[in-house]
Amino acid sequence: MPNSSGKIWDNERQRRNRKLERAASALGDSLRDKVVSADMAVQLLEAVLEPGDRVCLEGNNQKQADFLAQALTRVDPARVNKLHMLQSVLALPEHLDLYELGIAEQVDFSFSGPQATRLARMVGKSPEGKSKVRIGAIHTYLELFSRYFVDLTPHVALVAAQSADAHGNLYTGPNTEDTPAIIEATAFKNGIVIAQVNELVDKVPRVDIPGDWVNFVIPNPRPHFIEPLFTRDPAQISEIQVLMAMMAIKGIYAEYGVQRLNHGIGFDTAAIELLLPTYAASLGLKGRICSHWALNPHPAMIPAIEAGFVKSIHCFGSELGMENYIAARPDVFFTGPDGTMRSNRAFSQAAGHYACDLFIGSTLQIDMAGNSSTATLDRISGFGGAPNMGADAAGRRHASPAWLRAGEQRRTQYPGIPRGRKLVVQMVETFREHMQPAFVDKLDAWKLAEFANMPIPPVMIYGDDVTHILTEEGIANLLLCANAEEREQAIRGVAGYTAMGLGRDVRIVENLRDRGVIRRAEDLGINKRDATRDLLAARSIKDLVRTSGGLYQPPVRFRNW
Amino acid sequence: MTIENLKYRFDNGTPIQGATAIVGVLGSGNLEVLVEPAALNGACEIEVSTVARGFGAIWQAVMKDFFARHRAGDIRISVNDAGATPAIVSLRLDQAIETYKGKGPRKVQP
Repeated sequence: MPNSSGKIWDNERQRRNRKLERAASALGDSLRDKVVSADMAVQLLEAVLEPGDRVCLEGNNQKQADFLAQALTRVDPARVNKLHMLQSVLALPEHLDLYELGIAEQVDFSFSGPQATRLARMVGKSPEGKSKVRIGAIHTYLELFSRYFVDLTPHVALVAAQSADAHGNLYTGPNTEDTPAIIEATAFKNGIVIAQVNELVDKVPRVDIPGDWVNFVIPNPRPHFIEPLFTRDPAQISEIQVLMAMMAIKGIYAEYGVQRLNHGIGFDTAAIELLLPTYAASLGLKGRICSHWALNPHPAMIPAIEAGFVKSIHCFGSELGMENYIAARPDVFFTGPDGTMRSNRAFSQAAGHYACDLFIGSTLQIDMAGNSSTATLDRISGFGGAPNMGADAAGRRHASPAWLRAGEQRRTQYPGIPRGRKLVVQMVETFREHMQPAFVDKLDAWKLAEFANMPIPPVMIYGDDVTHILTEEGIANLLLCANAEEREQAIRGVAGYTAMGLGRDVRIVENLRDRGVIRRAEDLGINKRDATRDLLAARSIKDLVRTSGGLYQPPVRFRNW
Repeated sequence: MTIENLKYRFDNGTPIQGATAIVGVLGSGNLEVLVEPAALNGACEIEVSTVARGFGAIWQAVMKDFFARHRAGDIRISVNDAGATPAIVSLRLDQAIETYKGKGPRKVQP
């Protein structure tokens, strides 16, 4: 409406209202309350989407708005085009089909694991010098969510929920994940929210999203896709991973008294989780380490939880098969009055950044400055949440013993006013499969940046954020390095038989070892002969099921009995 | 797949007593190590047969460090490798020596 100066202040709202009117007339009698039948999905999308709209298509790390993604690929590109897509994760083929079909042209995202190879091909220039998709930027999760509230607010959000009622109240359940952040940004800034739901119910088990923030609900013919990303079969954990886990526990967790932490995904960290009730307990560490977590509900955590190691876990998402176990452990997990868990990626990422003292995770490549990356020339995989966890929280102000001790160590080299430091640990075997070295002179990220015309190489964790590098050869404590040269030798000193490791200055490395900057298994009092799979609290998925008292129900693909 | 054969000999070790030992399994990414007594005037001879070609320099470095750790003489070691990483190779060699000397055998799993 015009104010006294005649200026209009509700253009966006008027635009939304026009879209809603178009939708009402396109849907006609098939729209009942907020419920739209699945066969009208394409008509609805064509009514509410305008060329150039910013569209958030909910592709989470796990839960996917797959029905809406498919519907979006079927809109008429003559009517709906030049869309600017916003997505946490590019997970489904449809997510990239949109660019091939001429429906969308730009994407801002965080992670593209399953589509990383195809995305790299599409970004590469065609003979006419034009790429099929323009990447705005590759973000971390928190960074992308933040931009939803600043300069990338969605005009339309296409989300997924477990169930809804006719008023649009949504139950997002254990896999709530990104939904609250997306809807809040859209609904309160004149946007339109469309939810696909697995079922329409009279009353939702709990209201995860209030109905008046949601414009349309589409019951979809089959349940949305969820990927069990965090399940690692203990049967595949190697003795080297057991050895590295022992070094992590004794050389870092015990050393700093790490109580609050986040683990990356993978067999390396699963080995640590499975060593807590055995090896860590034998060192008297129960109650002294690993009590509070920002973590997905990894099945490998079951033995540590059952052993009483764990006080709380807040989750980014859920994990298929863990639902009943989580519901039966409300002292540990965040559960609603209905008994099921509510995850929340935005809050859990913030928790991992600000309230955890340690991040430990794996990577594909580390350079001699400690920068690490998972990018290779033929894959644009993005970052997910690792950079938010794996970065010192410079804005943090509360103290904890682990944080203070790390800060103290840093000040032995760089004196300054007392402050703490987050522990950021990169845990890698010096060689990956097929003898691919984890330590390199130059990250592939440089080549990718050039190829895909990125302003900076896509680095997952910057070297100046890393405090420790842990390999089968030992732990390099970078906090204790006096300068760049020492730092490089400390990294080379744990780089094993890679070219980088073989290129070490043996004299400097021995000196670093004398000073405790580099610590080998034997320096930590760990006998390598003790590193056997017998130490794992569970050696198979079946062991995990048994330890959970039958509450953990793994997806079929993980059952071999 | 063609196999690459590599041979190493380290002199002036300390003769060690023991009984023929075998550790590891010949599964993908793993290896088998056989240690036998041999009258070699205190030397240690190692023969490697591997499916991963072109890593001679890394094998050389791994074996040199192995000999430096144990200085075990009068033994012959045969390695049958199915693409193990240097970390696994070093671990198996150490396990094999311990088992040969009778400190083992500990349970060795793939």
